[in-house]
Amino acid sequence: MKKNFKDSISSAVNNATLTGALGKFSEAYKVNRQKAYEGIDFEALRATIADRKAYAASHLDLMADTFQARAEALGAKVFRASDPEKVKEYILKVARDNNVKTVVKSKSMASEEIHLNPYLEKNGITVNETDLGEWIIQLAGQKPSHMVMPAIHMTKEEVSDLFSKEVDERLSTDIPRLVEVARQELRSKFLAADMGISGGNLAVAETGSIVLVTNEGNARMVTTLPKVHVALVGIEKFVEKFEDIVPILTALPRSATAQLLTSYVSIISGPSQNTDGSMKELHIVLMDNRRSEMADDPKFKQAMQCIRCGSCLNVCPIFRLVGGHVFGSVYTGGIGTILTAWFDKLQESEDIQGLCIQCGNCKEVCPGKLDIPEMILEIRRRLVVDKGQGLVQKAIFSVVNNRRLFHSMLRTASITGKPFTSGKFIRHLPMFLSDLTDGRSLPAISAVPFRDRIKKIKQPACKEKAAFYAGCLIDFAYPEMGEAIVRILNKAGIELVFPDDQTCCGAPARYNGAYEVAANNAVDNIKALLKEDVKYVVSACPTCTVALKHEFISTLESMEQSEWLPQARQLSEKTCDFSMLVKQLVDEGRLSFKEGQKLGKLTYHDSCHLKRTLNVSEQPRELLQKAGYELTEMFECDMCCGMGGSYSIKLPEISAPILQRKLKNIKDTGAPVVAMDCPGCVMQIGGGFDQDGSGVKVKHTLELLADQLK
Amino acid sequence: MYDQFKVRAEAVGAEVYRLGTKAQAEEFITSFMKEQGVADRKGAYAVWAESPLLDGCDKNALALQVPGLRFDVSRELAADAKIGVSEMGWALADTGSLVADQTDIKQRLASTLPEIHVAIVGTDKVLDGKASVFSKINPANSRYIAFITGPSRTADIERVLTIGVHGPKRLVIVFVDELGGAN
Repeated sequence: MKKNFKDSISSAVNNATLTGALGKFSEAYKVNRQKAYEGIDFEALRATIADRKAYAASHLDLMADTFQARAEALGAKVFRASDPEKVKEYILKVARDNNVKTVVKSKSMASEEIHLNPYLEKNGITVNETDLGEWIIQLAGQKPSHMVMPAIHMTKEEVSDLFSKEVDERLSTDIPRLVEVARQELRSKFLAADMGISGGNLAVAETGSIVLVTNEGNARMVTTLPKVHVALVGIEKFVEKFEDIVPILTALPRSATAQLLTSYVSIISGPSQNTDGSMKELHIVLMDNRRSEMADDPKFKQAMQCIRCGSCLNVCPIFRLVGGHVFGSVYTGGIGTILTAWFDKLQESEDIQGLCIQCGNCKEVCPGKLDIPEMILEIRRRLVVDKGQGLVQKAIFSVVNNRRLFHSMLRTASITGKPFTSGKFIRHLPMFLSDLTDGRSLPAISAVPFRDRIKKIKQPACKEKAAFYAGCLIDFAYPEMGEAIVRILNKAGIELVFPDDQTCCGAPARYNGAYEVAANNAVDNIKALLKEDVKYVVSACPTCTVALKHEFISTLESMEQSEWLPQARQLSEKTCDFSMLVKQLVDEGRLSFKEGQKLGKLTYHDSCHLKRTLNVSEQPRELLQKAGYELTEMFECDMCCGMGGSYSIKLPEISAPILQRKLKNIKDTGAPVVAMDCPGCVMQIGGGFDQDGSGVKVKHTLELLADQLK
Repeated sequence: MYDQFKVRAEAVGAEVYRLGTKAQAEEFITSFMKEQGVADRKGAYAVWAESPLLDGCDKNALALQVPGLRFDVSRELAADAKIGVSEMGWALADTGSLVADQTDIKQRLASTLPEIHVAIVGTDKVLDGKASVFSKINPANSRYIAFITGPSRTADIERVLTIGVHGPKRLVIVFVDELGGAN
């Protein structure tokens, strides 16, 4: 990562105004969004949107031809271009042909994308943004920091300073008063402007209509008062049919700002009369700028289903810490990373793609059904193909790629780590690694890994067998978790076998774009885990479970290694998460809990992969309650803890405040114990509480269940 | 459905009234104008765009009754008006929205520029939601279809909801039972 990028992160994270405003907003957003969607089947709604948008995206030429024919029949002029330069030249020509001196604009991200304002200004045309947020950032000479709320990073004091300068009068920081100033200032500009420029939230092919969704009323003025209206529309905004507007209009305001509907929606189909009775000149510019290429890419065509609501930003644990400007580009957040990689170029996303912690929050709320984390991984993969791994990473992955070397290094670490460990944690690391233990202790590497311990455990004769996939953390840092699993499964009459040849699940390599290494890891593990005929392959690390269940297949597919795909699918079928399996065994009556246990209060942290990829969240809660714990939910129980594998090492300045927020939410419940199902989360949160000193016990669910079974 | 509409529209800051006859509605609107200080000077005009409520009514008499009330809606008058009256085609119960074909620019001017927008709707024009209205509107005939939900709003400064940025600061919705079948 470049140093200035790291610097911009540090200054954002330490900007209390920014993190305060974004934090407050994201907390309120979650609740309000849910309320706005009450009574609506979100899954069905987004399936419809994804379907309609995907259809348009796979028929772009047809959409554009139909739209053009229809809009021109109604009297509009349609200009189609791929190159942003051509778009700007065309808009300038329209302005010159109409003797335009001043322009009023309603919000258009497409115009930001091609830097239209400076271009027109350079050519002697005065441009006024009229959306309040856009006007603020125009006066400040900044870029929007959020797709829907461009000035969310600014305080009323900063706005007051800007407006004071603009109207040459010292203004107070009273927000209604500032809004009134904007109303007065911009009203005269609306009435005087020769041309209005708008974007378009939707373009309907069969009717030649554009749809504008706003709250302030500025788009109605921009499209009504000046005699010329230019609508700049990216071709991802196409839908085929007029009624396709309905599902998108149902989702967009709810997802964007948690409103049932924005104050204004305008559907414009062809020009209508000006105030002087003449006919308006309506120009609709359909801009490609690599969108059709994107629609042709099997991995990225889903990005065309985006309706630009910004909800991926609103739920992102990283975005609420760093805000939009760290992204350095017009489009911000998860979707912004993808759009920047396409509309600018892949290399532009090199730093910002690293901001994604892969928690999956965005995927859960996306009304267009975009898998943003997956697309960001694909960007990483392509960057690595393009540029190769960094030297340090190369060294790490060459180790992970070699099981024996990797395991012997971990064993060595248990000895070399000794001078720094106290009890179960490494407290301090020397010099350049000291950031790693800032706010969080790391677990000590166990002297005897689980792979050695299990050989000494005498298991009863059982009819069924399960293979245990330990993952690096349980094997080398938390072997006692593995021992607890043996005890639990033995009680259900299942013998746990440990295939010795298992190695790293490949997640670290995959999440860093090193797909070749991940594919090698996949094949090694498939061979190891299918060697013996077992009923289940069980793992107590959700990241590993996701690898075994889903990612081996997708990695091999990405690398076009079809040879091992059938076995990968076989392994996927057998793989199950620990809590899911235990819940099943309890339901079948093969495991039961001691009766009448009163174990006190406990709170539960949902791990990202468990909840959002494996869809497991109720099972561990139910098991813990059956065991005798009293469950108290924490605020944002399913928000990422900031671990994200190597993320906490690469971006400790982001990981640390996320962890602190999590620790606070846990402490606020007053529960003395926090349970979770992921050893990575145990490492992060356990390490945090070790330094925090508040004495909250951090446990994997299985450790809490092991002694409570009959 | 009317009751649900009223709840939803009021939740987004609109004011909702219901009157029985056209005469009552006319009386309600003119009194409202007087109350708001409509007068024959810049910034205090009222503009009233074509509406079935005005069918068969003596506009000159109305204008005499409320000095400053104008029916010749123009850009300049609307910009200097305190109140704009326009006709809306439908009301949507699920979101508290009003919908109209505003191809006629006078309807748009009266509902965009003045500080207060008074919207007249036939009580029988309440529909359950968007899907129903989309089967009734046709972009081939209606070049500017407008949805209006509450007054103009912004939250662009510190996420604080503030009413009345560029559009009307108040939306006063007047349902008239007698106005059936106008659309």
